[in-house]
Amino acid sequence: MNENKTKLTEEEKKLFGDLMPEELDEIISSGLNRRHFMKLMGLASAGLLASHLIGAEQLFARSAEIGDIADLAPAAIENGINVSFKVNNTAKKVLIDSRATLLDTLRERLDLTGSKKGCDHGQCGACTVIVDGKRVLSCLTLAATCEGKSVITIEGLAKDNELNPMQAAFLKHDGFQCGFCTPGQICSAVALMKEAKEGQASFVTADVRQNQQSVILSDEEIAERMSGNICRCGAYPNIVAAIKEAQTGKNVEQTWLFAG
Amino acid sequence: MSTMEKNYKPEQPAVGQSISRLEGYEKVTGAARYAGEFNVSDLLYGYVINSTITKGKIISINTEKAEAIPGVVKVFHHKNRPSLAWFSMQYADMDAPPGSPFQPLADHKIKYNGQPIALLVAESFELARYAATLVEITYEQEDFKTDLIANITEARAPKGGLATFLKPPPPKPVGNFEKAYENSPFQASGKFVHGTEHHNPIELFTTTTVYKGKGKVTIYDKTQGTVNCQLYVANVFGLHFKDVRVISPYVGGAFGSGLRPQYQLFFSVLAALELKRNVRVTLDRHQMFTFGHRPPTVQFTRFGASADGKVNALNHEAIAETSRFEDYTEVVVNWSHMLYPAKNTLFKYNLVPLDVFSPLDMRAPGGSTGLHAIESTMDDLAYQMKIDPLEFRLINYAEQDESVGRPYSSKELRQCYLQGAEQFGWNKRNPEPRSMRRGNKLVGYGMATGIWEAMQLPARASATITTEGKLHVNSAVTDIGTGTLTVMSQIAADEMGLHMDDVTFTYGDSKMAFAPIQGGSFTVSSVGSAIKAACNALKKKILKKAKSIGNSPFKRVKIDEVIFADRKMISIDNPAVFISYSDIIAANGHKVIKSVNFAMPKVFKLKKYSRAAHSAAFVEVEVDEELGIINVTRAVTAVAAGKIINPKTARSQILGGMIWSISKALREESITDHRFGKYMNMNIAEYHIPVHADIHDLQVIFVEEKDDIVNELGTKGVGEIGLAAMPPAIANAIFHATGKRVNQFPIHFDTLM
Repeated sequence: MNENKTKLTEEEKKLFGDLMPEELDEIISSGLNRRHFMKLMGLASAGLLASHLIGAEQLFARSAEIGDIADLAPAAIENGINVSFKVNNTAKKVLIDSRATLLDTLRERLDLTGSKKGCDHGQCGACTVIVDGKRVLSCLTLAATCEGKSVITIEGLAKDNELNPMQAAFLKHDGFQCGFCTPGQICSAVALMKEAKEGQASFVTADVRQNQQSVILSDEEIAERMSGNICRCGAYPNIVAAIKEAQTGKNVEQTWLFAG
Repeated sequence: MSTMEKNYKPEQPAVGQSISRLEGYEKVTGAARYAGEFNVSDLLYGYVINSTITKGKIISINTEKAEAIPGVVKVFHHKNRPSLAWFSMQYADMDAPPGSPFQPLADHKIKYNGQPIALLVAESFELARYAATLVEITYEQEDFKTDLIANITEARAPKGGLATFLKPPPPKPVGNFEKAYENSPFQASGKFVHGTEHHNPIELFTTTTVYKGKGKVTIYDKTQGTVNCQLYVANVFGLHFKDVRVISPYVGGAFGSGLRPQYQLFFSVLAALELKRNVRVTLDRHQMFTFGHRPPTVQFTRFGASADGKVNALNHEAIAETSRFEDYTEVVVNWSHMLYPAKNTLFKYNLVPLDVFSPLDMRAPGGSTGLHAIESTMDDLAYQMKIDPLEFRLINYAEQDESVGRPYSSKELRQCYLQGAEQFGWNKRNPEPRSMRRGNKLVGYGMATGIWEAMQLPARASATITTEGKLHVNSAVTDIGTGTLTVMSQIAADEMGLHMDDVTFTYGDSKMAFAPIQGGSFTVSSVGSAIKAACNALKKKILKKAKSIGNSPFKRVKIDEVIFADRKMISIDNPAVFISYSDIIAANGHKVIKSVNFAMPKVFKLKKYSRAAHSAAFVEVEVDEELGIINVTRAVTAVAAGKIINPKTARSQILGGMIWSISKALREESITDHRFGKYMNMNIAEYHIPVHADIHDLQVIFVEEKDDIVNELGTKGVGEIGLAAMPPAIANAIFHATGKRVNQFPIHFDTLM
């Protein structure tokens, strides 16, 4: 707190002088302290410039804080259960709290943070993973129910750094902005391809009595079947284009104009 | 130093190219780590407990049952919190409106429903969530008011203050509105009611605080301003600024919700400092409705037009909700006179303080609210006069900004109208309402105008030629999904004449060069200009170094006599004279050359102009005649927003805005039960956001617009403009389809039955 009560340093005065030369004399003579300075700088949207001038710049280190996965303290586990299952084709055995969802187990225990928590209530689809070939909401799945099952997450789709065609199509068609719903969208879309191959019907399928084989999905079918995955940024048209291209293998034109 | 055989041919610039997001690989493989995803060892989990009453006092908090469970570490509340900053101003962040900011755990008073009142910290998330349910709290309730409509007579003028710098109050009246309106042969008026909206980014607000020893913290936070959060944490907890580092590499959407530090940041840092442990606090979806929101509003319009189709009287008044502790304002009523040159105007903007949390900027704040009223009233006038709504806009086209009597720095709105109309097929519209149909569906066409001010704020950037002769640029700015990383890299590559592959841009870290909060569509103009400034300074340093080399051919060369291209500095007069960046670095003793610079808007030059992005939206709706179900079947938005740095990411921004338009006009609203003063639909199943199946044919047109005044890049920003024109265009299309004008957003099917 002492920091806030101190007078400005020479560097800060100089900086403020550069930014607001007209106001400097008045402010200094009225007894400007650090806190007022910061507030003013904040409102001029230039706050903390001082610390930037003084402080050493450090390059962005993405993995700076990554450490080993810590085991949960025994006290934190009530009614512990051992679960053995496959995650991205690797066998895993974890002692979990019986209340732990598959999503939290993936994220907090196995450090597979690609599957996202957007609502924890099965409403947004960001947590979608593929269990035994079917898309499921991992936030509504208790990890304890996954004994012996095979789970594929977004981290398991690319093979040897080569993207799955669905991932490549999302990238090409800008099928995301913030990227947070993206793992769920992609897992959902990958499992959807299997559903289409099996000829499964949807709400918008014209004739559900006809037993279809290997359907090529229309835009309307894709949109209907992807409606469990919400994208707040609004990348829906690009996601549909990406899924269409991944399904057909044919180039899908982007519908936009850059008029002169 | 070497010589070149051939004449220099500049390569294609990166700016203007549709380049896929540079962080795309990380995002499609799940490798991108957001604020709650850094694997920090020895981590504790915090779960916030919220007030279940709307106003009153906490009488007692009993934590015995919860703290008896092994693994529960501590419950923080107002009675046991450590000493914190005393003055409310120390809780003010860069985006704080006039008033005294909310101080979590300050005392026993409850100011709004859902107020965070305690934090339970435990060894696991499951335990924290469960134990939080065992904390017993008793309250004494007081009377409260949360209903804007019921308390509308309490409206008063907002407090002034420095915040009006970016959000000016309504312009003063011009002429004599009442007389002019009374004498207008054509009059249209409306009352427009909008509900509360919550940003609801899909990523939940999360903070992971890493305790780095006494008074030092490294914070992974979900925010739109790393420096803003650094400022807030240092002020509130009395830490040295240099000891607080805020990192935000990926942000899972924000839309304004991250403009101010949210309470999970406070709680996470509080617990980490007190327990001397690493602490993560994640809000749940319900809690995402317990801080800032787009305020509900009531607007009144009266527009008058003369027989020749000219609008001559504009009256627009808005009344908005704010909290009891801060006067949040947005620019709602200032737009109509920027668009239409009427001789008589009257604008008012007032607030009703209620027992709610302070509202907060949400995508296209104010603009998306005000333009609905303006453009639906204009539509109403056009129908009365039997003039095509598009023709009516063209008759009233403002060649300059009449609200302040200044020219626009650039304005290609006319081209937006014309190209948008052609692409949409506006001429196929039958002017008569209820005249077009497809089977049992009524078909309607509607159009509207959009405008958003082009702003630039002060920002810094650092640019370095690395030992490999490549360029590294950095800024504390975040990338909330807008494409900041990609477009900044494009700008930097062109400035220094490099391939995109030779440029790295790092960002999202408060230790980097200062950037303002990311919002208001001003990031490219602000941070992009700073990068330009840093690169310009870097060029001078390179030339200076080149001059210092023995027998340098650059000895008498001035900075405007060289160009920087193809990884080299080249003499314009004699392209055979050049030096590559790697040679410059070698000459510099293999040390990097770096420059950190500041860019500020050129205030005196800009004062002479109004600066704004414009748009025109054209919408087709189908309305089921019996059931009233509304479907936006196709839409075109034509945008004039200056230079488009990356059409691919910019188009996605506009598409996003168009989908937000559908959401605003037809879907989203936080509904309050005013008997309890609480939102009733605090989850994504009941707070309706469009899903895939709601979205059909959406097209984006970027109209070419050259602007040498707005800033050096000629950019105006595209984050908000996509949400300006389309909500009223949807309302106008519904009128055309059904003959019913519904001025309440969102429009529900039952109002059309």
